[in-house]
Amino acid sequence: MSPVDLPAGVGSGRTDAAPLLRVRGLKKSFGSNRVLESVDLAVGPGRVLALIGPSGSGKTTILRCLNGLELPDGGTIEVAAAASADADTGQGRGSTSTAVVVDFAAKTSPKQLAALRDRSAMVFQLYNLFPHKTVLQNVIEGPVVVQRRPLAEVTAEALALLERVGLTNKRDSYPFELSGGQQQRVGIVRALALRPQLLLFDEPTSALDPELVGDVLRLIKELADEGWSMVIVTHELEFAREVAHEIAFVDGGTIVEHGDPKQLLRHPQQERTRQFLYRLLNPF
Amino acid sequence: MIQPDWELFVNSLWPLLDGAVRGTIPLALASFAIGLVLALVLALMRLSSKRALAAIARGYISIVRGTPLLVQLFVIFYGLPSIGVLIDPWPSAIVAFSVNVGGYAAEVIRAAILSVPKGQWEAAYMIGMSRNRALTRIILPQAARVSVPPLSNTFISLVKDTSLASLILVTELFREAQQIAAFSQKFMLLYLEAALIYWVICLILSTGQGFLEKRLDRYVAR
Ligand SMILES: Nc1ncnc2c1ncn2[C@@H]1O[C@H](COP(=O)(O)OP(=O)(O)O)[C@@H](O)[C@H]1O
Ligand SMILES: [Mg+2]
Repeated sequence: MSPVDLPAGVGSGRTDAAPLLRVRGLKKSFGSNRVLESVDLAVGPGRVLALIGPSGSGKTTILRCLNGLELPDGGTIEVAAAASADADTGQGRGSTSTAVVVDFAAKTSPKQLAALRDRSAMVFQLYNLFPHKTVLQNVIEGPVVVQRRPLAEVTAEALALLERVGLTNKRDSYPFELSGGQQQRVGIVRALALRPQLLLFDEPTSALDPELVGDVLRLIKELADEGWSMVIVTHELEFAREVAHEIAFVDGGTIVEHGDPKQLLRHPQQERTRQFLYRLLNPF
Repeated sequence: MIQPDWELFVNSLWPLLDGAVRGTIPLALASFAIGLVLALVLALMRLSSKRALAAIARGYISIVRGTPLLVQLFVIFYGLPSIGVLIDPWPSAIVAFSVNVGGYAAEVIRAAILSVPKGQWEAAYMIGMSRNRALTRIILPQAARVSVPPLSNTFISLVKDTSLASLILVTELFREAQQIAAFSQKFMLLYLEAALIYWVICLILSTGQGFLEKRLDRYVAR
């Protein structure tokens, strides 16, 4: 039995709650390049899963599949119905949402991908802010134009979010006027404003100058403490250990090993994990 | 040395400018506007996953770019009547120039759309946009900014190319010059005067282009 075939898979650290996200047997090839062999993972509500692994191992592809940006060749992705408790915290899209279950072995409609995309919001490695829109416009675009929520309400919410990340005075600036760290905080605010059930971070700090990394990581940690459910791809092991409830090591398109962050980082069970951690901690 | 006939120069200025204002400029503006719409449609067809659409657009662009504008103009004005399609000089000129601009600008717009980083599509999809909405709200505004310099060049070329319309009897700047020259027999003076006015118009346009580029350049994703 491989580690991922354990009864509940990744995310089973806490068994009292049904997982918010459950992925089974996710497969993806680009032409003849099999990028995801078979990925199983689960994220409970309010839990943080960190994905670590060498470059090219498929981490970004996993996130992109979760966000419906990539069409997997097989496997299932399930997102549970938004719990009604989320409505109180302003998280999630309210208690009315139903569960989304997509089986990629069958033919998948664009509608299903859109439904999947609806539940999660992604923070990109290179921020991907819209350069022709101001900070505020970047944040309200999705809620207003796509979700058709009232402009006044969305704007108030967006301003509150910008306030909290200390960017109120940049509301009318354009992305090119911001530092990388500020852009990434806007990227996070843009994701939050969508009121997703699940936040996806793809190496959110790897494009930042070292002195700007701290602000962004601190913000993500705060969000984790507030109970947002997240999947974070990161090379910041220290951060992953502190913030994540679970770490999964991805290599060659599968999850080689997963478990409690402190356990996994200190006593990796698999040779590949050990080698990866050794190289990361001893770059030269 | 022949003394320039300054009186004729000054007296011709008004008819030539009149030709520019009532012929050259509206002809260029109308053809450019129609041509741009055509170009956008062609560019989107070229980028479409439907092979037939892409092939039609590719064929159109290839023909337009592979044949002289003068020939296109003559086919429409002098050729079509022989198969029973009679079009007046002005509409003929506008059709020919629009068709031509459509072919050239389509490639400019296509390249501009492709130059928008893939991450912009992804961010648009991520916030829940459909393909069409991503295109109109996120991609095209950025592509438009990238297109400004090359499209300005297309427009400046077009302004000069409208002089060809004189050959299908459209009254514009150059035809005015031809007529005065034929009457006064001062060919050098009149054609140089026409050249001077084209040059001034193009100078004004390139200055405008410079301003526009400066303003728009900043908001482009890199
Ligand atoms: N759109 C794509 N087309 C072709 N190959 C891709 C594409 N996206 C990713 N890949 C390939 O998939 C593999 C995994 O990529 P990725 O998921 O980005 O890895 P990671 O994020 O772990 O570095 C790489 O070999 C990469 O070249
Ligand atoms: Mg990656």
